[in-house]
Amino acid sequence: MLSIKNLHVSVEDTEILKGVNLEVKPGEIHAIMGPNGSGKSTFANVLAGREEYEVTDGEVTYLGQDLLDMAPEERAREGVFLAFQYPVEIPGVSTSHFMKTALNAIREHRGEEQLDAMQFLKLAREKMQLIEMDEKFLHRSVNDGFSGGEKKRNEIFQMAVLEPKLAILDETDSGLDIDALRIVANGVNKLRSSDNAFIVVTHYQRLLNYIVPDYVHVLVDGRIVESGDKNLALRLEEQGYDWVKDNDAVTA
Amino acid sequence: MSTENDTVKTPQKSDYDDKFGSAEQQETIEKLTQSDYKWGFTTDIETEVAPKGLNEDTIRFISAKKKEPEFLLEWRLKAFRYWQKMQEPHWPNVNYPPIDYQDAYYYAAPKPKKELKSMDEVDPQLRETFEKLGIPLDEQKRLAGVAVDAVMDSVSVATTFKKELAKHGIIFCSFSDAVQNHPDLIEKYLGSVVPYTDNFFAALNSAVFSDGSFCYIPKGVRCPMELSTYFRINAANTGQFERTLIVAEEGAYVSYLEGCTAPMRDENQLHAAVVEIVAHKDAEVKYSTVQNWYPGDKNGVGGIYNFVTKRGICLEENAKISWTQVETGSAITWKYPSVILKGDNSIGEFYSVALTNNYQQADTGTKMIHLGKNTRSTIISKGISAGKSQNSYRGLVRVSKNADNARNFSQCDSLLIGDKCGAHTFPYLEISNTTAKVEHEATTSKIGEDQIFYLNQRGIDTEDAIGMIVNGYCKEVFMELPMEFAVEARNLLAISLEGSVG
Repeated sequence: MLSIKNLHVSVEDTEILKGVNLEVKPGEIHAIMGPNGSGKSTFANVLAGREEYEVTDGEVTYLGQDLLDMAPEERAREGVFLAFQYPVEIPGVSTSHFMKTALNAIREHRGEEQLDAMQFLKLAREKMQLIEMDEKFLHRSVNDGFSGGEKKRNEIFQMAVLEPKLAILDETDSGLDIDALRIVANGVNKLRSSDNAFIVVTHYQRLLNYIVPDYVHVLVDGRIVESGDKNLALRLEEQGYDWVKDNDAVTA
Repeated sequence: MSTENDTVKTPQKSDYDDKFGSAEQQETIEKLTQSDYKWGFTTDIETEVAPKGLNEDTIRFISAKKKEPEFLLEWRLKAFRYWQKMQEPHWPNVNYPPIDYQDAYYYAAPKPKKELKSMDEVDPQLRETFEKLGIPLDEQKRLAGVAVDAVMDSVSVATTFKKELAKHGIIFCSFSDAVQNHPDLIEKYLGSVVPYTDNFFAALNSAVFSDGSFCYIPKGVRCPMELSTYFRINAANTGQFERTLIVAEEGAYVSYLEGCTAPMRDENQLHAAVVEIVAHKDAEVKYSTVQNWYPGDKNGVGGIYNFVTKRGICLEENAKISWTQVETGSAITWKYPSVILKGDNSIGEFYSVALTNNYQQADTGTKMIHLGKNTRSTIISKGISAGKSQNSYRGLVRVSKNADNARNFSQCDSLLIGDKCGAHTFPYLEISNTTAKVEHEATTSKIGEDQIFYLNQRGIDTEDAIGMIVNGYCKEVFMELPMEFAVEARNLLAISLEGSVG
């Protein structure tokens, strides 16, 4: 599904990612862990197509297409979803209007019929229940005045509505209390299927108690230095990141 | 962000005196005594077009053509003589080449437009715009000049509306008809809110106004429909000097919509309209405008100069006047819909969205003049600048010394799209009563890259994303618009912003 080869990325002439390799197949969950400043968020954002990130080398193939050649909205329409670390507020735009527009843009791209307001509302209500959010959030402005936890849940709600093929969760667990964490993880687990894949970017292991990854990769200083199964996350939890920092870069 | 992007000036009182409204304007608050002036007219009325240029003969010609009563001709002539002594104002933050007022026709019978047989004959680009705006097909036909079928015949619809209104004693007709059929009302109220001495363009309008609308709601009557519907059907050529007068008697209510979201092209470059509203005790008038005159092309060539004077007076207690405007058209917009809060407990409101793109210039805002006790006013202004445009908010809140417990809340927000445009705020406060409570909030923001990226990441393309963000930003104002226009206004903003992102 996703094949990343030797990905180099710079932000304002500073190289952040220094040759990342990753293969993701349908049905898999990959966790990307690493200390602060290791390039985790850059990795997530560059896959979504954020402009400030300049790819200086390497290639990314997504479903047989050159992902780096696609505009952010094209990537989204092809099924790439980024759950933002810092979800953005859009005052005056209701969550339902926003999501209906987004879903219909994606459906149009897929050659599917547009949903009308009633059809959309029915779908949105179901998805709201999935992440135990009150329906009233549908009528509120996007993330405007939401608490940190509500914003993160809103990201998962959006993911549930858009049903992406490849979902990238950028530190979705940060700022969540344990109940919210469980709800978010529960939502992700319900969306899991053999057709879609997740990349879960996190600093802490605790999310991975709820979303069990197939692979764990450790990103240090712009390179994946260690890859393993869920036990790697546990080891990081116990021993911190210092022991991997000394390892040479390895290929996942 | 360039330094030009973010100017907030706090002017001094002396600034106000010569910059925002002349000394004459301030006299408006008092009743103006008009000297008697007699003048017979002997103009030949055989021709259909007045000769080019502006002199007393032109005015007599217009008045005779319209078979006006003598008081009106006298009023026009007084206005003209006053205008001749005035200077064109240059205090607005706009630039344009000098206007030659002698190089124009001031009266010509409306030219009938060529009637088209079906929508197929209409310019595809115009059809596409109609679609985007969501204008109903029958109305599209009317706007484009296509013959409408018998059932939806605009004349019969208009007649139905007229019957319904007449049942309630409501007068709603063209200004010319009102002059013929209700001269007493015209004589009583014309110029009572915007006297011809008010400003240069109001004086010019008073001298040469072509036509417009008159609306009278009798005591205790709540107008059963938005006068918009009717107006849109009758939005024929009212010419470049439009005059509107709305009178709401005690306890009356009316919601009035001027304009249209459809693109309006006009050969006349200068438009100087005057709107007057009189609200008696307990009356409420809601006046909504959607202005989409031709803004000129991408390089700033052509476009309408829209120099408008709009003012209402809450004459007695508990009256309310509310202005809502969505301004997206015209090369230059220069207007300050204002409210004189004379009656105790009266309320004035101003909700505005002004969008400029390419080389458009807008200098718009309001004046809230608090004279009565416990008077309240609210100002919500949303400016959006894109391209190389300049967008200024200019507003005055004046609390006179007898206006005990007056309250005002002003919020003036500016949104910038790109870094070649300008947003400016000129708030003027004149408070002469210590019990007044006046709050002013102002923000200037740039449309966020992160907001656009967020919407992009959900599959929404950049143009739609900007449309969505801008519409959200304007929501407070759109909520004040009648329902059907709120939808069209949202679409209009998106269309007006097309091509604003490179």
